[in-house]
Formats: sequence, structure tokens, C-alpha cells
Amino acid sequence: MSAGTALDTRPSRDAVAPRRRNWSKLAHRAPFYLVLLVLTVIFVAPLVWMFLTSFKTKFDAIRLPLSWLPRPFTSEEYKPLMSTTAETPVIRWFINSLIAATAQSVLIVATSSAAAYALARMEFAGRRLVFGLVVGTLFVPSFVFLIPNFLIVNQFGWLDSLWSVIVPGVGNAFGVFFMRQFYLSLPMELEEAAVLDGANHWQIFTRVVLPLAKPALATLAVLAYLTNWNDFVWPVYVLFNPQHLTLPAGLASLQDAANINYPLVMAGAVIASVPVLVIFVLAQRHVIQSVARSGLKG
Amino acid sequence: MTVSERIVVRRGVAVARRAGPVRRNARATPYLFMAPYLVFFGIFILLPALYGIWISLHDYDYLLPHKPWTGLHNYVQLFTPGSRDSGDFWNSMIATGIFTAASVPFLVVCPLGVALLLNRVFPGRTFFRAVFFAPYVLGVAVVGLLFRYILDPNVGLVNYYLDKLGISHDIPWTTALPWTWISLVGMTVWWTLGFNAIIYLAGLQDIPRDLYEAAELDGAGKWRTFMSVTVPGLRPVMLFVVTVTVLASANMFGQSYLVTQGGPGHSTRTAIMYIAETGLRQFRQGIAAAMSYILAIVLLIISVMNFRFFRQKERY
Repeated sequence: MSAGTALDTRPSRDAVAPRRRNWSKLAHRAPFYLVLLVLTVIFVAPLVWMFLTSFKTKFDAIRLPLSWLPRPFTSEEYKPLMSTTAETPVIRWFINSLIAATAQSVLIVATSSAAAYALARMEFAGRRLVFGLVVGTLFVPSFVFLIPNFLIVNQFGWLDSLWSVIVPGVGNAFGVFFMRQFYLSLPMELEEAAVLDGANHWQIFTRVVLPLAKPALATLAVLAYLTNWNDFVWPVYVLFNPQHLTLPAGLASLQDAANINYPLVMAGAVIASVPVLVIFVLAQRHVIQSVARSGLKG
Repeated sequence: MTVSERIVVRRGVAVARRAGPVRRNARATPYLFMAPYLVFFGIFILLPALYGIWISLHDYDYLLPHKPWTGLHNYVQLFTPGSRDSGDFWNSMIATGIFTAASVPFLVVCPLGVALLLNRVFPGRTFFRAVFFAPYVLGVAVVGLLFRYILDPNVGLVNYYLDKLGISHDIPWTTALPWTWISLVGMTVWWTLGFNAIIYLAGLQDIPRDLYEAAELDGAGKWRTFMSVTVPGLRPVMLFVVTVTVLASANMFGQSYLVTQGGPGHSTRTAIMYIAETGLRQFRQGIAAAMSYILAIVLLIISVMNFRFFRQKERY
């Protein structure tokens, strides 16, 4: 019997007692779906609350009984956020974050992809030392760099400027480690063929390897972007001027006020969340896969 | 030019190229590939890791011209009861310790439950996986502010529903112990559960199917199968999850900074908060650098113990 006929027989077999079968299946699975439903509510409700609150008036947000739906619906709190002259220039912070995350992501992808290629495919003196040093720093907790990097960035004159949130993170070893793992998983044949055609390392890298590496490069770019966009401790301490903050540092300054304006803060949080959620939805499979793989190596 | 001539020319080029392995394997090539990255790595990773030690051996204030060498004085100070920083520093270490001890068990067990839930075939599986992971892509700034609102004792959603259920109406989630710790741990679980769950899920799918079939043939029940197939199969992944979670918990900063501002008193001021305040607000960078190395060494010891614990279990 072919696979096709095996599949064909299935519906008719089910047709004998479709109802009972479905009901008992459902009853059996009910607790499972119930748990799934409860978990989904727990994970989604806070985000819905954030979104809806951002369209409330300041008074409405703290009026009992609380209401999920705005009474009335208003985009009032988004207005001060959109002005660059206000005390809370969220649109300015948004642009700063956009520049910083994009620049750092590009720099990380460019430098890590080349360095990792040398470490994965070339023989040279000091390779093991370099790789050992780079991977070794993955185990140094990030807070160790906080104080000395503050002083180094100060030496460059970068305190309170976007340079401080773009440049230092490019040295992070993760990108090199990530790209090297990818190159090692590539079959050597294509590169060997290119060598026979007389290509040099640079040509092989740019014309053969990088096109093959597009998914890995995109994943690294997304991970680097998310990391920079969400970075918190560092920007809070190296950026001072309200006009120079990134979104997370700016949002933190919003809640310093004693009388916290929740719709305003939630509107800022929505603005900070939307780009990363969109990126996540688009690159969801790649992001989750790279996280999943990290554990299997450990 | 005729076709044959072209072929000859092309061959000539190819031969010329092939004859030039010097260019291909030029000694400098690998270093040139690595140079751009190594500049950033050297200046912002390697240098600070060592420079920090140098700073910690000085009475260092970057705004003052004179930064006297003090040797191990900063370290001695931190271990001398009653000195200016030792009390506050160790209290912040204890705060970090409480947070780590309270959050790691939840972040090791709950995600495993979610992973087991997702480790079966049902419609929408990918969707739910993404839903549980989604909070993790939000920054701590967003999560912190969101939970500060939701946990607000007067107008927060949590107390509002607890009141409706007739349980209680004014739990001081963000202002009094032990509620502050429950809040900080709870929001952290909400925020990062998905990350660990995804790692577990990959680990579960890595366990060979025939082990389950063998267990079924042996007539093992669900619990027996879980304990004798799933748990041992997950051991390496679990070691990874525990290590990463301990490190992440020890790095806790944003949640306290945003939700409790380190309060009540300084009870939830974590080690990172104290290090940052001392070094980057009061500009006493020497002793702040010393604190970060002490914290790093404590973490190293915990990681080694963690590895040994899992190793030891592997032998049985």
C-alpha cells in the first residue's frame, strides 16, 4: 500500500464515529488548553493594558473603578512626546535609539563576520590565542566593564554623546562566536572550488561565503539591534542631557517625577516596544532558533 | 580577437592567478580580516578588563588630577566592618543574593513546565511559543515601568482585581518588604521565562525518541518517564539554564531602579546599583571597581560550584 492510499483511508475510518472521537479528544485535552489560555492571558494582558492606558487621560488612568477601555479615547499624551522641545522629547530619544542601534548593529555585523571568517577558515600564528581571548571574555560579567569603560569613553570625549552607546559594544565577543559557529557548519567544497578558480580569500569571503551567510548575518543584526535598543544600565550613566538620551534612559527619567503620569509613561513604553515587537514578529523564527541553539552548545 | 585567443587569454589569467598563492595566503591576510574587530575588542573589552584592576588599586576620581596609588586598600576597606562602604556594599550584595536565590528556582522550574506544555503537536504551537517569548524582546525599561503601574498599590491592576475577588485591596507591592521582593521576582519571571523555555524546548527535542519508547515498553508511568528519561536527558541544558540565570540575576539592576528605587530604605538596592552609584554618580571609581571584582569572583565561585554539582550528579 502506498503512502497516498494510507492517507486516503484515514478520513473514512474517522467517519465511523467522528463525533465521539472529537469530543473525547477535546475532553482529554481540555486541561491542556485551559492552562495554555491562562498563560496566554498572563503574558498578553499587561501589554494590552500598556497599550490601552496610553490612550487614556491622566485622570482616567487612576480613576476607580479601573477600566480597560479608555473613557474617553484620547491621544493627548502622545502629543508632548512628539515635540522635540518638550521636557520629554520622546521622539528625539526614539531617533537617538534608532541611530545607535542601527549603527552598532552594522558595525558588529561588518567586523564580526570578517574576524570570525579568519578564525574559522585560516591558519595563522596566534589563532588559538586570539580565539581563546575572545571567547574567554564571554565569561566576564558585563558589570566589570562598567567603571573602566566609563573612564575610557571619557578619554575619547564621548560621555553624553551617542558615540558612547554605539562604539564600545562593538567589541563584544558574541558576534564573532556566533559567526564562527555558522562558518564551521558550512561545507568546505564551495570555497575549495573558488580556490581552484583562482579566487583569493577576500573574493571567496565576499562572493561565496557572505551570500551563503545571509540568514546568519540577518539574525546577528537583529540580535545586536535588540540588545542595543534595550540596553539600560550603560546609557543611564553615560548620557546626561535630556536631548541626548536613548529611549530606555529617557523612559527611566520620566518616572523620576513624584506625581507619575501613567498614560504619558505608557505612551513612551509603547513607542519603545513597537519597533522591537515588529522586528520580533518578522524575525521570530531566527531569533528563537538562535536562542534555542545556544543551550545545546552549553 | 578570436574565441580561441580569448580562451588562451583567460587561461593565462587563470594560470597567473593560480601561480600567485603568495597573494592568496599572504601572511597578513588573516590579521587584516580580524583587524577592525580587534581594534574594538582591544580598546573596549580587553583593555577595560585589565584597566579596572589598575583603577581598583587607586583612590580614583576621574575629575581630580591626583589619583594616589593605594594598593589593596580599597579591597581591605570593603572587608573591614564599619568602614565607609563595607556595610552598604555587603547589604547590596545580600540584596542581589536574595533576588538570585528567590528568582533562580522559579526561572528554572516554570520555564520547564512551559516547555513541556509546548513540546507536543497542536495547532498554533509556533504562535504560543512566540507569545511566551515576546516579553523578553522588550527592554527592562518598558517592563519596569509597566509593572510599576500594574503593581501600584492604589491604582494598579493587581490590587484592583485582588480587591474585586475580596482577597485584599492594599498590598504594598512596591513599597514594603517582603512584597517588593515578590514583585521584583514575579516581573522578572514574566519578562524572561520565555527565554529559558525556548532553551528547554530545544533540549527536550534533542532527547532521543527511542528512550521514551523503551520507557513505555518497560511500563513506566508518566512521572517515572519524566524522572528517568526527561530529567537526565535535560541535564546539560539545565546546567546552561542555571548558569545563565544566576548570571542574569546577579546583574539585576533595572527592575529595582525603576520599580522600587532600591527601597524601602535600601533593602532592594542591588550590588550593580551600588557599584554604579558609587563609581558613576559619586565618582569614587577606585572602590567601585574593587566592588565589581569582588562580585565577579563570588559569581565565579558560584558557577564552579554549579558545574561541580551537575558533574557529580552525572556520575550516578
